[in-house]
Amino acid sequence: MNAASIIDTLTPLVPGAAYEAGTSVDFATIYVPAASLVETCRALRDTPSLRFNVLIEVTAADYLPREPRFEVVYHLLSIPHRHRLRLKVRAASNEVDGMIPTVQSVWPAAGWPEREVWDMFGIAFAGHMDLRRLLMPEDWDGHPARKDYPVQIRKAAQTYEPLEVSEDEFKANIERDRLRRRH
Amino acid sequence: MAELRTETMTVNMGPQHPSTHGVLRLVLELDGETIKSCMPTIGYLHTGIEKTAEQKKWQQVVPLVERMDYLAAQSNSLAYVLSVEKLLGLEMPPRVKDIRVLIAELQRMASHLVWIGTHAMEIGAVSMLFYAIRERELLMNINELVAGFRFFPSYFRVGGLREDLPRGFHEAVNAFLDRFPGKIDEFEGLLTKNDMFMRRTQGVGVLTQDEALAWGLVGPIARGSGSDYDVRKYFPYCGYDTYEFNVPTATEGDVFARYRVRVEEMRQSVKIARQALQRISPSGAWACDDPRVVPPPKDKVYTEMEALIQHFLIYSQGFTVPVGDAYVPVEGPRGEHGCYIVSDGTNRPWRVKMRPPSFMAIQALPKIIQNGMIADVIAVIGSTDVVMGDCDR
Repeated sequence: MNAASIIDTLTPLVPGAAYEAGTSVDFATIYVPAASLVETCRALRDTPSLRFNVLIEVTAADYLPREPRFEVVYHLLSIPHRHRLRLKVRAASNEVDGMIPTVQSVWPAAGWPEREVWDMFGIAFAGHMDLRRLLMPEDWDGHPARKDYPVQIRKAAQTYEPLEVSEDEFKANIERDRLRRRH
Repeated sequence: MAELRTETMTVNMGPQHPSTHGVLRLVLELDGETIKSCMPTIGYLHTGIEKTAEQKKWQQVVPLVERMDYLAAQSNSLAYVLSVEKLLGLEMPPRVKDIRVLIAELQRMASHLVWIGTHAMEIGAVSMLFYAIRERELLMNINELVAGFRFFPSYFRVGGLREDLPRGFHEAVNAFLDRFPGKIDEFEGLLTKNDMFMRRTQGVGVLTQDEALAWGLVGPIARGSGSDYDVRKYFPYCGYDTYEFNVPTATEGDVFARYRVRVEEMRQSVKIARQALQRISPSGAWACDDPRVVPPPKDKVYTEMEALIQHFLIYSQGFTVPVGDAYVPVEGPRGEHGCYIVSDGTNRPWRVKMRPPSFMAIQALPKIIQNGMIADVIAVIGSTDVVMGDCDR
């Protein structure tokens, strides 16, 4: 199924969405506006002629210095019809325009991949149930997969505050241990 | 009688628990022995391979991606290599495709052997590990014979293979394929009808087909729940459509069903490997003949100026890949392995993203083990066959 026929099927189902076919060498690619992403995904999953029942992955690419800077990429798979589709959503670098709705309500599998995109690229997903860092430590600075993130710089890993024990507590602990050993 | 005080208990499992296949941490909330909730924490093995790949030339990424899923190294590199070749528009000679199929199937057997050994060991059948690792050792020896490297052979290259097959390859693989089906029978004799193994695995960690697909668990997990999706059948690559094999499925969706699917997959891998080995002639083409990617033969490099220049350029600057993006999936031992690459037209990738099946499996873990018993957590983790290097990348 090519991009044009998928767009033809989708346009009457999702009113007001302006789709755009992308160029690709492997399978159909469609640009979707962020505002109509969730309805589009629901239509893609539920329409009998499309039936994209599996979300393979969600990822992103940073096209600095182009603006809008990011493209969030969704790879979909339809097992009944044996076809694949790539959805792309453009996202700008500033926080407000960068908000993309989560598709967790359509495919629960989107939860962690979207968290990873947030962690790595700093693209926020509106309505996500648990948008925390996933691969990096929770107090990490910055988003490492961005193109303007420094790569060849040594930086000590950040951790939480170490456990602090006063000298008295330390001695009392040693003493307790000594008494326990004796008996 | 005084009111009995009840509260749930939170237990931390990992990150250094020996049964979690690497460094996975689970925070379990228990009500007695029943699991009320589970929160996996990952990222302990995150090494930024995808970011590192952006600094390397296209060919130099192959050994990097092999270190993601370290039990199925060549499944990673096959996905990467096929994606780059898709963007370049390269078509491989049939012999290269057959060798890739054979190596990929040997890799699948090696990965499943580690799985069957550790999975059985974790739920009590300790001796299984030694039987399985003994067979895997033979596969590692074949890797060493082919590429001089046992764990991360980096034998697949963009444009073909690193070099031709060594002498004695056919004999070594034939010896293994003759021996292995009997060994699978031996494994099954130890486990499949084993009462204790069945009781630990039947009806445990049940997942329906719809749930498995909604959580993106395409691969052996979904096939254990009744789906017949296999990339080799649905989207054939490397000429898999010309091989005769079955896709084993089971319908129960429990740990035992996934076990049966994977054991049968090993038998089918033997079948595919035999067919591939028959097709591979002892000598012939081991790379495509595209001068952009594959350096000229050595005798020409020594005698012709143009060949020397071409050789120098490929090894110093690498090759460029046309602008665009591509995603080519392969059927890895853990499910759909795919590589999404973006090129900006230079000699280095703009973005490399591996689709990790273990990542999806761990995401769905709370769903699978909820309301189960704490002793079954280990059985379920074993049956999902997760590799943390694949999950964290």
